[in-house]
This record gives sequence, C-alpha cells and structure tokens, in this order.
Amino acid sequence: MISEARLRAVVLAVSSTIVEHAEELTALDAAIGDGDHGVNMRRGAAAVVAELEAIVAKPLPEALKTIGTRLVMTVGGASGPLYGTLCLALGKQLSGTPDDFAGALRRAVDAVAARGKSRYGQKTLLDVLYPIVDAVEARRTLPETVAVAHAAAAETRDRKALRGRASFLGDRSIGHVDPGARSSALIVEAIAGALL
Amino acid sequence: MSNVGIVIVSHSPLVAEGAADMVRGMVGDEVPLAWCGGDPAGGLGTSVEAILAAVERAWSDRGVAILVDLGGAETNSEMAIEMLDPARASKVVICNAPVVEGAVMAATEASGGATLDAVRATAEELSAR
Repeated sequence: MISEARLRAVVLAVSSTIVEHAEELTALDAAIGDGDHGVNMRRGAAAVVAELEAIVAKPLPEALKTIGTRLVMTVGGASGPLYGTLCLALGKQLSGTPDDFAGALRRAVDAVAARGKSRYGQKTLLDVLYPIVDAVEARRTLPETVAVAHAAAAETRDRKALRGRASFLGDRSIGHVDPGARSSALIVEAIAGALL
Repeated sequence: MSNVGIVIVSHSPLVAEGAADMVRGMVGDEVPLAWCGGDPAGGLGTSVEAILAAVERAWSDRGVAILVDLGGAETNSEMAIEMLDPARASKVVICNAPVVEGAVMAATEASGGATLDAVRATAEELSAR
C-alpha cells in the first residue's frame, strides 16, 4: 500500500511542519482558545518520531493505530483525542476496506466529528477535514487537495466558533483562523509534499 | 469498597486537588476518590494516561463517576473510558455537571450506597436547575 521509506518521509514531513509552525498555531489558539495548540501538537509529533522506526516497520493500518495511540496519550488538550481518533479510525477502516481509501477517510473523519460532538461549519478542524474528504473522493490531484485544504482553513476566519473553548467568545471568535483547521491544512500539505 | 468511586478531572491540578479536598471534607474515606489535572508535560490540560490511572485508583465494582471541567477534559475522559477493557468501561460514566459542586454532590450520594445511575443523576441535577 505504501513503502516503509514513503511512510517514514510522510511522518517526518508532518512532524517537521508541526515543529516549524508550533508558534503560529499557539498564537492562533491564544487568540480564541487557551493558547496551547502548537505546544501540544509539537509534543505529539516528538512522541511519534521517537517511535518512528517501530511505526514504519508496520503495515499502514497498524502504523496509523500506533500513531493515534501515541497522540492520544501525549498531546493533551482536545487535539490529542481528535487527531488520535482520526489516525485510530483510519487505521481501523483501512484494515477492513484497504481498497477504499476515500470511504475509509470519510468514516474516519465521521469518527472525529462524533468524538468532538461537532460537524462541518462550526469553526473546527472538521471545516478542513470534510473538504479534504470531498477532494479525495473526487480524485483531485494532491496539489489541488492541498489548495482545497488551505482555502478551507482560511474560510474559518469569518466563521463563528460553535464548539470548543473558542465558542465561549461568541462573535469575538470571528476574524481568527481556527488553529485546528490551520494545523489540518499544514498536515495535508506535508503529507502531499512527501508523496509527490 | 462497596460505594461508587469518584474521579475529578480538571485542566488544573490545583483545581482538581482542591475539589477533592472538598469531597473528602464531606465524605471522608467512605468513597473511593481520585483526581488528576494537567497535561502530559505538566502544563494546564488533561492527560488520558493520568485519567486512566485515576480511574484505577478510585475503582469500585459498583462503578466510577467522572467529573470534568472544560471540553478537553471531557473528550480525554471519553477516550480513556474507551481504552478500558469493555467490562470496566460499562461501569464508568462522565457526569454533565459543574466539577466542584458535581463532585461534592456525587460523592455525598455515593457515600449513602447509591447506584452509579443515582450518583450521576444527583450530580446532573445541578445542570438542570
């Protein structure tokens, strides 16, 4: 499905982009949340990279489940269970239906929505994840999918937060990009870059 | 211990410990009680690993009621429950109640030998008012 070398490149690319953008993500979160998104994601990335060789030696579904578990156990904050659930659910779905990546991805994003009791349009990472699912289903190219992700993240700026700590701000959450949406777009860009 | 256990999960260890002190003041040692607070690096936040350990410390075969403060505490507690073995997971609930008042009310109810459902209902009455 994916070679060990390719998987290693993807994990390292995602980790690098998180480390590189940690301060930006934390600043976005400070504006409308509790200001720890970058720090938390960086901790999760470090925990995954610490087990890199064990992870890439596994088949993709098992690798995803290990990554998900590490994120759940190390990230803290709401992003740990959300990104952790995404990886765990995608791993589970891919072991069941390895030939239907788009369907597996949609069901995994649905699992994230259930975990966060949220849906598209509430100024969360789902505002990026669902457009990505649509792009994958429509067999868009990787660069097109990256563009979709960044555009979707940018659109959260004008939205009012309806879930999470940012929702406490009400209308004052408008005018800031959602940190989870931004990190999702960055991750997609990193994955695409490593796959191209 | 034959009473339902209580777990307090806050983003802040100080809040969690303080709430636990208030519970102890009310029910002494009649209720298994544990708390956790802070993210895996010790900052404000919550940790699935710490929640799992707290559920273990407060374990009762009659069940465990978890009180949480903000969003991430709830999400991480749900995650922790799913990571328990299924027989145990079915005996752990998260109460939709304010963390301090909910913990004190839940523990007081638990100290009288109430069931897990009754303990949760008592804590959640606080949110219904």
